[in-house]
Amino acid sequence: MGGPDAPAFADAPTLSDADAALVEDLLSGSHRALARVITKIENRTPGYRAIVSALHEHTGGADVIGITGSPGAGKSTLVDKLAATYRERGDTVGVIAVDPSSPYTGGAVLGDRIRMGSNVGDMDVFFRSMSARGQLGGLSTATADAVKALDAFGKDVVVLETVGAGQNEVDVVRTADTVAVLVQPGSGDDVQTLKAGILEIGDVFVVNKADMDGAQRTVAELEEMVHRREGGTTGRGAGHHGATSTAPTGGGHAAESHDGGHAAAEGDRPGDADDSWTPEVLETVANSGDGVDSLIEAFDAHATYLRDSGEIETTERRRYAEEIRTLVRADVGALATAEIERRGGIDRLAERVRDRETDPYAVAEAIVGPIADCVDDATDGDRDDRAD
Amino acid sequence: MSAEQQERAVRCLVAKVGLDGHDRGAHVIARAFRDAGFEVVYSGLHRAPEDIVQAAVQEDVDVLGISILSGAHNTLIPKVIEGLKEYDAFDDTLVLVGGIVPDEDEADLKELGVAEVFGPGTPMEETIEFIRNNVPERA
Repeated sequence: MGGPDAPAFADAPTLSDADAALVEDLLSGSHRALARVITKIENRTPGYRAIVSALHEHTGGADVIGITGSPGAGKSTLVDKLAATYRERGDTVGVIAVDPSSPYTGGAVLGDRIRMGSNVGDMDVFFRSMSARGQLGGLSTATADAVKALDAFGKDVVVLETVGAGQNEVDVVRTADTVAVLVQPGSGDDVQTLKAGILEIGDVFVVNKADMDGAQRTVAELEEMVHRREGGTTGRGAGHHGATSTAPTGGGHAAESHDGGHAAAEGDRPGDADDSWTPEVLETVANSGDGVDSLIEAFDAHATYLRDSGEIETTERRRYAEEIRTLVRADVGALATAEIERRGGIDRLAERVRDRETDPYAVAEAIVGPIADCVDDATDGDRDDRAD
Repeated sequence: MSAEQQERAVRCLVAKVGLDGHDRGAHVIARAFRDAGFEVVYSGLHRAPEDIVQAAVQEDVDVLGISILSGAHNTLIPKVIEGLKEYDAFDDTLVLVGGIVPDEDEADLKELGVAEVFGPGTPMEETIEFIRNNVPERA
């Protein structure tokens, strides 16, 4: 595909004058411009790609934290307290909160903002609600782009909040550097759902509403799962099944989240012979703000770990690779969709297959063939087939 | 390359300002807007004008619907509108007021820049239709 020649990167999308001014305004700190850029990203307004392109070189300064968990786990409330705590230490904060939209009308009620009680009136917390507009794979692109806008704007911390209910949402939080998975106590079901892919993405696990019955049990269950995953992936002894070997440290901070959290973050990690990251299990009570300081310390510890171990480079490379792949896939998909339309639409094609006039493979070949030919022509040297 | 589909949605902020604690109406409206295909951000109760401005600017809403039943509209609404102007967001935000507003105040509010005032008993379709017809076109 790449061919012997390095692909030309010069043809970045060009900015219109109005959009260039908008980018300029955003970089110089205009809230309005930031809000408008995110709208363009969400709407996929023509020209938004050039805007995101132009912002890219200004990104990389923010710590991006993803927060996911089942509905009602207390994500929004916790994000509110996190934002307030970051503000206390002088950091500026951006928040992207993703809510589902109705598959029937496309409408949505974006309610996360109600919980942002600690930060109302503070413009240095930029809170933005986004809806999952039923775009295939596009949600993670849109949120990643919105995070870039906040990053380029100069936010120190960007928090990405989403309901962890499916692949789309998992893709969204995966664009963060540090991922916290939120669980509420007392529902074994929650921990069950974690098995479906979310366990792997958590760098920090948070048992919120830790003042409720059953919190200790949930913490213990999570500890066990985390350490089982440890044993499985790093292969440093299959005998490390939760309770036995990790009881002194793990049990300690399960019981006393505050002090235990410190110890885990600073104390025993460097001492660990293995330098891979062991997810922490912390407790918070988002309503009162208990445990939020320890949580931020855990986030910082993870960020430090990423930098010191060089893991951040791997993470970033993987993330950008994924972004490129998603974009290319979406663009090629759009080309194919347009081609299907030109051939009378998918329904007509399906009907012809049903009538045994043709078959799905032949149809796919007919549609993708011309696109493949263009790619071949382009790699042969002549690159001006872009006109249409 | 640009075969990508635009996905424009009308974004609304449904806001409660001031001390009045009745948000039943605001809830009903938020749901109706959602069912009309709008994206609705709800502010929650007891917001100060500057909170509403912050939300409207950050969320970049097309429509700001302020529900107010306390009679304090003459003090609160002007502050919201001033704030929107301060952030350069007034011109392309459709500002609506819902609630109990005397006729003579309605004229004043419209003078200030409120697009329409909807009193009790306004059919939901009327409000939604008004928004569809008047939502600001944006570049």
